[in-house]
Amino acid sequence: MDIAAPLLIGLLTASGVYLLLRRSLLRMLFGLILLSNAVNLLILTAGGLTSGQPPLISGTETVMDASAANPLPQALILTAIVIGFGLIAFALVLVYRTYKTMGTLDADAVAAGTPRDDS
Amino acid sequence: MIRSLILQIATRLLVPILLLFSIFMLLRGHNLPGGGFVGGLVAASAFVLYSLAVGVDGARRVLRLAPRTLLGTGLACSVGAGILSLATGASFLQSLWVKVPLPGLSDPLKLGSTLIFDIGVMFVVVGTVLLMVFSVEDRVPGLIDD
Amino acid sequence: MSDLLVLPVVIPLATMVATLLAWRAIRLQRILHLIGAAGLAVASIVVAVSVWNGGIMHLQVGSWSSPFGITLVADVLSAAMLVVVGLTGAAVGVYAVGSIDGERERFGFYPLYHALLMGVSGAFLAGDLFNLYVWFEVMLISSFVLLVLGNETEQVRGASTYVIINLVSSLCFLAAIGLLYGLTGSLNLADLASRLPGVGEPALVTTIAMLFLIAFGIKAAVFPLFFWLPASYHTPPVAVSAIFAGLLTKVGVYALIRVFTLLFTQDIGYTHTMLLGIAMLTMITGVLGAAAQFEFRKVLSFHIVSQIGYMVLGLALFTPLALLGAVFYIIHHIIVKTNLFLVSGLAHRFGDTFELKSLGGLYRSKPWLAILFAIPALSLAGLPPLSGFWAKFVIIRAGLETEAYVAVAVALVVGLLTLYSMTKIWNEAFWKPLVSADRTSEADSERAVNEGLLPAPSLAWTVTPVVVLALITLGIGLYAEPLAIVADRAADELLLPEAYVEAVLGSGVAENQSLP
Repeated sequence: MDIAAPLLIGLLTASGVYLLLRRSLLRMLFGLILLSNAVNLLILTAGGLTSGQPPLISGTETVMDASAANPLPQALILTAIVIGFGLIAFALVLVYRTYKTMGTLDADAVAAGTPRDDS
Repeated sequence: MIRSLILQIATRLLVPILLLFSIFMLLRGHNLPGGGFVGGLVAASAFVLYSLAVGVDGARRVLRLAPRTLLGTGLACSVGAGILSLATGASFLQSLWVKVPLPGLSDPLKLGSTLIFDIGVMFVVVGTVLLMVFSVEDRVPGLIDD
Repeated sequence: MSDLLVLPVVIPLATMVATLLAWRAIRLQRILHLIGAAGLAVASIVVAVSVWNGGIMHLQVGSWSSPFGITLVADVLSAAMLVVVGLTGAAVGVYAVGSIDGERERFGFYPLYHALLMGVSGAFLAGDLFNLYVWFEVMLISSFVLLVLGNETEQVRGASTYVIINLVSSLCFLAAIGLLYGLTGSLNLADLASRLPGVGEPALVTTIAMLFLIAFGIKAAVFPLFFWLPASYHTPPVAVSAIFAGLLTKVGVYALIRVFTLLFTQDIGYTHTMLLGIAMLTMITGVLGAAAQFEFRKVLSFHIVSQIGYMVLGLALFTPLALLGAVFYIIHHIIVKTNLFLVSGLAHRFGDTFELKSLGGLYRSKPWLAILFAIPALSLAGLPPLSGFWAKFVIIRAGLETEAYVAVAVALVVGLLTLYSMTKIWNEAFWKPLVSADRTSEADSERAVNEGLLPAPSLAWTVTPVVVLALITLGIGLYAEPLAIVADRAADELLLPEAYVEAVLGSGVAENQSLP
C-alpha cells in the first residue's frame, strides 16, 4: 500500500513526460493531463495516506476528532483540480483552434508557421 | 450536433433531471460533499447535452442568458458575498449567518453568506463551461466568444 | 486597517465583473475600465503609504487565523510592487483605450485585462504558497486568453509554446508545494520560515528549492527556460504585450526573491551560487538573442530576458546592497520596459510595421517620438542620468564588494551590448531615411477608419501614458534617493525574515489552537 502510491505517481509522471516529448500538440496536452493527475496524487501522498473519517466536525463539538483524515491536502487537490480543469479546457480549445488555422498539430510545423490558406 | 432520435428523446427527459440534480448538489454542499462547483458542472453538462442533441442555437435559446452574462452575474454574487461581510464590519469573505425560524419546524433554518458565494460559483462554472463549449461548436472568429 | 489589503484584489475583480456585465456597451466598458484602473492605482498607493508608516501589514481572509487561513501580507517590497502595478496598469489601460480594436473590445479585452491585474496584485500579496499558486494561475489563464484574443494565425502559433511551457511550470510549482507540505506540514510562508530550519533534511529541502527554482524560473524567463517568451510576446496587440512585458516575468522574479530570502537560505553556498550562474547566462543569452533580431518587439522581448539576469544577479549576491539593487532594478525595469513596448506601438502606428528594416525616417517626421524612445532606451542601457544607471550601478557595486568579478564583467559587457541593440533600433527606425515612401501613415489610418476597424482613437490616449512613464523614468534618474530609500528598507526586511514571521504569526497563533 505504501509503495503503491509512489509507483503510481512515478508511472503517471513517466507517461506524462513521454507524451509531452511527442510532436503532436494533442499528445502534449494528454501528457499535461497525466502529469497534473500525478501531481495531485503526490500532494495526497505527501500529506499522509491514512484511512481516516471524513474531516467533518459534528454539531456538538468544536474540535475535530483525532481519527479524521487531514483535510488540507484534499482542499489543495480540489482547488488544483478546479484550476486544472479550467486550464486544460482552455488548452483544448487552443489546440482545436491551432488545428483549424494551421491545418496540422505537429509542433514543428506549427512553430515553422505554414498556415493553411482556406481557414 | 448529433441527429439521433434516441438521443433527442433521452435529452428531453434527462435535462430537467440534471438541472434538478444540480440544485440538489448545490444545496447539499452546505453540510456534505457537493457544492457550487459540482452543481455547476452538472447544470452545464445538461446544457452541453442539449446542444449535442438539438444544436448550439437551440441550447442558446433554452439558456436565454448569454454565458458571459451568467459568468458576470456569478462573479458579482461571489464578490458581493465578500463585500457584504466587509460592510457589516466583519473581515473580507467571513461567513455571516442568520437564523430564520420556520413555522412547523423545531430547528430554525440557518442561512449563510457562503450560500450566496456558492450560488455565484455555480453560475461562474456554468458560464465558463458553456462559453468554452459554444465557442468550439460555433466556429466564429475569436477564441472565446458567444 | 488591514482590511485595506483586499482592495488591490477586489478593485480589479469588481471592475472585471462590471465590464463583464456591460459587455454589450463598449463605451460603458471603457469608462468602467478607466475608473477601475485608476482605482487600483490609488488603492495601491494607499496600501503602500500605510505599510511605510505602520510596518508589515497582514490580513486573515474570512478571519481564519494564521497559519491555517489564507493570509495576505504586504511588506515594503510587496507594497512597492503594488504601486508599480497600479501605475503601469493605469498607464497601459489608458493606452489600450486608444489602441485596442473594436473586435477585441467586444470579445472581452477589458474584463481579461483586469483579471490579469488582479492575478498580479494577488501574487504580490499572497502570504502562503498555495495562495501564490492560485494567483499565478489567475494571472496565467487571463494572459493565455489575452494572448490569443483576436485569433490571428501568428498569435495562435506563439500561444501553444507559451501555454504548454507555462502549464509545465505550474505543475512543477504544485509538485514542490506538495513535497514541502509533506515535509513541514505547513504552507504559510511565515510558518514555513520558522519551521524549515528545524526540519533537518538538507538534501530534501534543497531538492524542493530546485523545484521552486524551475517553476519560478520558467515564469521569470531565466536561462535556459526562457524560450516561450520571445516566441509569444511580439504576437498580441501592443497594449497586451506591454503589460505582459512589464509585469508577468517580474512576478516570477518576485517569487524567486521571496522564497530564496525567506525560506531557502540554509544552503546559500549551493542555491545562490547556482542563481549566480543562471543570472550571468541569462544576461548573456538574452542580449545576444536581441542582437540577432530585426523586429522591434522581438528585440525588446529578448532584452526582457537579459534584464531579468540583472535582477537574479542581485538576488544571487545576497548582500543588503545587492538586494537593494535588485528591488530598484525591478521597479525601474517595469516602468522602462512597459514604456518601450508602448513606444514600439506608436512607431507601428506611424510606420505601419514592426520590422526595423521597413521602418525609418521617424526622427524626421516625429521628433518628439524619437525623444520618447530615447529616454527609456538609454535608461534600459544604463546611461546616466536615467533610472537604469542607478539600478546597474548599485548591482555592479554590490558585485565588486562581494568580489564577484566575473559577474561584474558580464553585467558591464551586457550593458554595452544593450546599448548596441538600442542604437540599432534608433538607427533603423528613427535615423535612417524611410525606404519606401508609398505607405504613408495618414493614408493607412484613414483607410482603417473608413473600413470601420478602428473607432478613430485620438492620439492623446496613446501618447500621454508614454510621456508619463518617461517622466517617471527621468524623475527616478535625477532624484533617485526616495526610491533608493524604499528599496533599502525592502532589502533590509528581506534579510530579516524574523520580522516577517513575527508580523504574521505573532498575534494569530496564540488565540487559535483548536485545530489538531
